[in-house]
Amino acid sequence: MNRARALFAAIALVVLYGCGSEPSKDEGKAGVEDRSPATVRPPTRPTQPPVSAQPVRPSQVQVNPLKDPKNILSKRSVYFDYDSDRIREEFRPLLQAHAKYLADHSGAKMLTQGNADERGSREYNLALGQRRAEAVRRMLVLMGAREAQIDAVSLGEEKPRCAEHGEACWAENRRGDLLHSGEF
Amino acid sequence: MRRAIQYLLAACLLLIPGAARAQLTIEITGGGGNQIPVAVLQFAGEAVLPTSITDIIEADLLRSGRFRVQYAGGINPLPTEPAQVNFGDWKTRNTDAIVIGGAQRLPNGRFEVRFRLLDVPKQTQLAGVAFTLSAAQVRATAHRIADVIYEKLTGERGVFSTRIAYVVKQNGRFELRIADADGQGAQVALASREPIISPSWSPDGTRLAYVSFESKKPVVYVHSLTTGQRHVVANFRGSNSAPAWSPDGKQLAAVLSKEGGSQLYLIHADGSNVRRITESSSIDTEPIFSADGQFIYFTSDRGGSPQIYRMPAGGGEPARITFDGEYNVSPRLSVDGKTMAFVSRRDGRFQLAVMDLGSRQMQVLTDTQRDESPSFAPNGTMILYATEVGGRGVLAAVSADGRVKQRLSVQAADVREPAWGPFLGN
Repeated sequence: MNRARALFAAIALVVLYGCGSEPSKDEGKAGVEDRSPATVRPPTRPTQPPVSAQPVRPSQVQVNPLKDPKNILSKRSVYFDYDSDRIREEFRPLLQAHAKYLADHSGAKMLTQGNADERGSREYNLALGQRRAEAVRRMLVLMGAREAQIDAVSLGEEKPRCAEHGEACWAENRRGDLLHSGEF
Repeated sequence: MRRAIQYLLAACLLLIPGAARAQLTIEITGGGGNQIPVAVLQFAGEAVLPTSITDIIEADLLRSGRFRVQYAGGINPLPTEPAQVNFGDWKTRNTDAIVIGGAQRLPNGRFEVRFRLLDVPKQTQLAGVAFTLSAAQVRATAHRIADVIYEKLTGERGVFSTRIAYVVKQNGRFELRIADADGQGAQVALASREPIISPSWSPDGTRLAYVSFESKKPVVYVHSLTTGQRHVVANFRGSNSAPAWSPDGKQLAAVLSKEGGSQLYLIHADGSNVRRITESSSIDTEPIFSADGQFIYFTSDRGGSPQIYRMPAGGGEPARITFDGEYNVSPRLSVDGKTMAFVSRRDGRFQLAVMDLGSRQMQVLTDTQRDESPSFAPNGTMILYATEVGGRGVLAAVSADGRVKQRLSVQAADVREPAWGPFLGN
């Protein structure tokens, strides 16, 4: 009886897990933990007193640059004009930083995801999202990443970050996202 | 145990039997001209059936917009033979045709339903059929009777026995559902937490191709509705989407980005023999075969804005079909190959339009803002599409001449991506 009950519970769990797919991209991003141990860098000369009027910098915790909110690498989205895959000038520094990261870490992989706003044909928007994802990839390669490090896929208009029907939301949804290894 | 887990995983991803919780409800928002006056009398003894078969027949005829369904109550006794019909009385009511019939329970627990369609002016029988059926087949039988009536009175084949596929988004879940053409009897073919788009019926109505994002990117599947089994047809690097069956059911046209850019390919239905058929640096998407299999119509922005083109099915030089406006997408063809339905953006509104491919005359059929995903009924009379009403996705249907309009909605859910299935037994 107990065995049967345990088996039932196990099956129920499998069904629950099996039927639910993984969390969506955005949830996934939020849920990804930084598993690399945060190494505390010992102060090089702990006893040395400050020699100038500069404020004392606290001993720094080395954080994953991809997660450090102060690091440009933590920014992962570029935005597009309507029906366009042109990379706007303002996003070049961000892409430059990610391209350098990929160039410096030859084992690192990236997934670029292209998104479109909700207006018009879903399949055309899927193709538009693909074009945006590929525009981001192409730029990263031009800036020094290797082609084989980056996959480009489209989510079309299917995974909107913003659900309202208006230009403010649409602009947010015309977007390319950069996901590093472990985030996709 | 491991077997059991695999089986359960497969079962929860594949066909989930049982009626879906919320049915589509249909609202008729417009009527056609030249409606044929017809009366459907209650079938003698139909109370033995679990549901009123004549109510379903009446609703079918009404929904088509082709009939004026007249009041037929208060007749006692109900006639079952032409000789029992008071034709003079129906003539004074200007009725063109009446439907009479009977139902009875058989000793084996099944039922027999007979019906006759009678021409009132000529006092002749136009059709008469008897069916034996189970309790679960009352709706299907009603649709078959309505199909016979429709065909005899209009000269066109009826579509009441066909099915539609559509996607419902509710509480963050996506369900691909299959329902009767009247929106009843919905079954869930696939449930997922990730989007499902672009369902496409195989020509024999036994399989659906679609795009599922369950692996976090668009992948094309073919799903058997008879076995519930499915397989991946295209899961290449990049995105895989927009499947469309060839008329012989052997291959699919689809959009792959594996070589960079969204381009058209042909793929055998088992996923083998992948051949590229467009070579452009533009977006080429939404392929659809002409009924004779000779051509593929598709959407491309090679001219600077998304427009509809046509090319030989095996590959070749595309010719532009749409010129009016900056955004014409999602082509679908009537079975006779004469009419193309598509979505056209006009003054910021996305509206369903049709084009007569002979004269290239275009007509906008709707006054809504967000029309998408048109598909023809297999007899070419109606076009099913998705639109938005009150911020919610609904399905709508309009006659190819724009006169008859219906709206189909599911309570508290977004309904989208409709596809009208083929005639069964083709």
